[in-house]
Amino acid sequence: MPQFLKEFFNRNGTGMGLAILGLVLFWTIGLIILPQLSMLDFSFRPNLPPPEIGGPKDVYTLENYKYLIYGPEGGGQDYNVVDLKVFFRTLLAAVCVTIFNLILCYPIAYYLGQNKGNHIRIFAIMLIIPYWINEILRAFALRIIFGETGVLNTLFVGLGIWDTPFDFIRNDIALYAGLGYAYILLMIFPMYNVIESLDKNQIEAARDLGAPWWRIHWRVVIPYAKPGISSGCTMVFMLSAGALAAPQILGGPSSLWFTQLIYQQFNDNNDWPQGAAYAIVLLVTCILFVLAMMRLFKVNMGDIGK
Amino acid sequence: MSAGVGVDLESLWIRFGDFVAVRDANVNINGGDFFSFLGPSGCGKTTILRAVSGFLEPSEGNVLIGGNNMKGIGPNKRPTALIFQNLALFPLMKVWENITFSMEIKGASAAERRKRADELLDMIALPGQGDKLPSELSGGQRQRVAIARALCAEPDVLLLDEPLSALDLKLRQHMRTELREIQQRVGITFIYITHDQGEALTMSDNIAVMRAGVIDQIADGKTIYNDPNTAFAASFVGENNVFRGKIKQVMGNEALIATNRSGELVARISTANQGKMKEGDDAMMFVRPEAFAIAPDGATGDHFVTARVNHEEFEGNVFNIFTEGEGGKEIKVSIPNHGQSFEDHTGQNITLEYETRNAVLVPAGELAAE
Repeated sequence: MPQFLKEFFNRNGTGMGLAILGLVLFWTIGLIILPQLSMLDFSFRPNLPPPEIGGPKDVYTLENYKYLIYGPEGGGQDYNVVDLKVFFRTLLAAVCVTIFNLILCYPIAYYLGQNKGNHIRIFAIMLIIPYWINEILRAFALRIIFGETGVLNTLFVGLGIWDTPFDFIRNDIALYAGLGYAYILLMIFPMYNVIESLDKNQIEAARDLGAPWWRIHWRVVIPYAKPGISSGCTMVFMLSAGALAAPQILGGPSSLWFTQLIYQQFNDNNDWPQGAAYAIVLLVTCILFVLAMMRLFKVNMGDIGK
Repeated sequence: MSAGVGVDLESLWIRFGDFVAVRDANVNINGGDFFSFLGPSGCGKTTILRAVSGFLEPSEGNVLIGGNNMKGIGPNKRPTALIFQNLALFPLMKVWENITFSMEIKGASAAERRKRADELLDMIALPGQGDKLPSELSGGQRQRVAIARALCAEPDVLLLDEPLSALDLKLRQHMRTELREIQQRVGITFIYITHDQGEALTMSDNIAVMRAGVIDQIADGKTIYNDPNTAFAASFVGENNVFRGKIKQVMGNEALIATNRSGELVARISTANQGKMKEGDDAMMFVRPEAFAIAPDGATGDHFVTARVNHEEFEGNVFNIFTEGEGGKEIKVSIPNHGQSFEDHTGQNITLEYETRNAVLVPAGELAAE
């Protein structure tokens, strides 16, 4: 038995140790790894009617992946332009949402982290309480705000600032706002956690040495908060790219999110292998993208857990 | 030395809500001085430092640096550099980047900064350590890096907020000498905050003794030790034995005190209180442990104290005798060790003798907490 396992059992006792270990293994293997593996398996099989499953036609194939790139055979186009466009637009939009969220949340996290007192607690509660409301309702609330006859349009047209209502939905503004808002806490709290532990004297020392505020942030606060920033960005990016409810409710009629395509394959087309292949492509691309970003910004995997 | 830039505090008041942290402080610090604010924690000395560095605006009064009023000028625009109690080195920057941070702000090139960092590293006896991180250095080395970082900004006034308090005793004593040397070499004004009277006495040209927001005395170390203004200054700086009583008779600069326990004793009125103390006043007489000598048995008079010995201890350089005193506080007597034989007096009465010039009389007042 390796040393860390021995220590683990010594600390928790054999019974409790086995129970904890069992739960953790069940969680990781039973609920995460096995389903993903079965998805992976699905993605390499043809979509067959139930009687043919396990039959001679049920062989591993790359068809589902090819479909994403080349589209249906004899489809008249060299590449699956529609789906690929949705795929890359989804990734790009997720990056934009992440950057927008970072810019919005950094000052909030800094303020929360460097101030103490009751008003900070109230501020934090005000950030958390909206998340007691479920995601669908929150998305619809934004629809009410951004809709053609919604709060904003009524207000601005009523005030005579705009002549005609602005279509927030068709222009994807409602979608980005919804996605941004959906993951705001996941961006704020990792940063807040790190910034809270930053010694105030460091900021004062930098100021005392003559630094203007932006340089204090650039040289002292941001390097220190990097683990929190990367952790927040990773979560927001992953979750935005994989979001379904917000695009479904707030997306314009012409702008599909890649997850909606996956959803269509599973549900509307009843083509699980095709849906699985799309989902796997999204997952792997997101992971590779995040790893590349981590390398670019010199972030260690251990930092993410901070 | 008067080449440096002086600092003046004019009728400085600092309040936090109802709490008065600094009460009417008037201090003139000469350019090039090593000046210490000495007082127990919570006496307002750090608050004064923050007002000088610009992190805090005084409620009333002015801070002048080199004769210029600093009102409305932020800490990043003042000719001061502050060394924090916890040093506040930037943990993610290398030592050389830490040291030259102030040059980076002014836009100096990396080559220039490297060169200056190497010079300063030589000065603080850490040559070639520029590429380490602060966490790779020892406590004393980090201390020196913090000093170099502050000096690199070429301040007119260096402010030090108990920078030695985190170090162990040996290192602390070594750093005292080093700080004093650095100050004499660079010739700028140092303002030093400490609760450690040893630090203040050994390093400072002048010391301000502070108590609960009030400055009791400003003088050089010798004067503060030998000629304190107040009961607090007398009891806070160094060890002191207190005798309470009423003045029976004033004789020029001396007075006869009817003490509560030890009969009538004579003392010298401290310089600041001469002419201000009169018969019938409550007063406190202070005699340092080393100012007592053991007198022959049976000697009596106005500079002899007889008391029962509670216990004795041998400290190496001195023998300490603790006798019964007033209000549960013992009188401490330190007899220098010249290798003489030393008999045990425990349980016996002994008579102690002092010279009048070593017994200082001040008005009765608050004593420093132990």
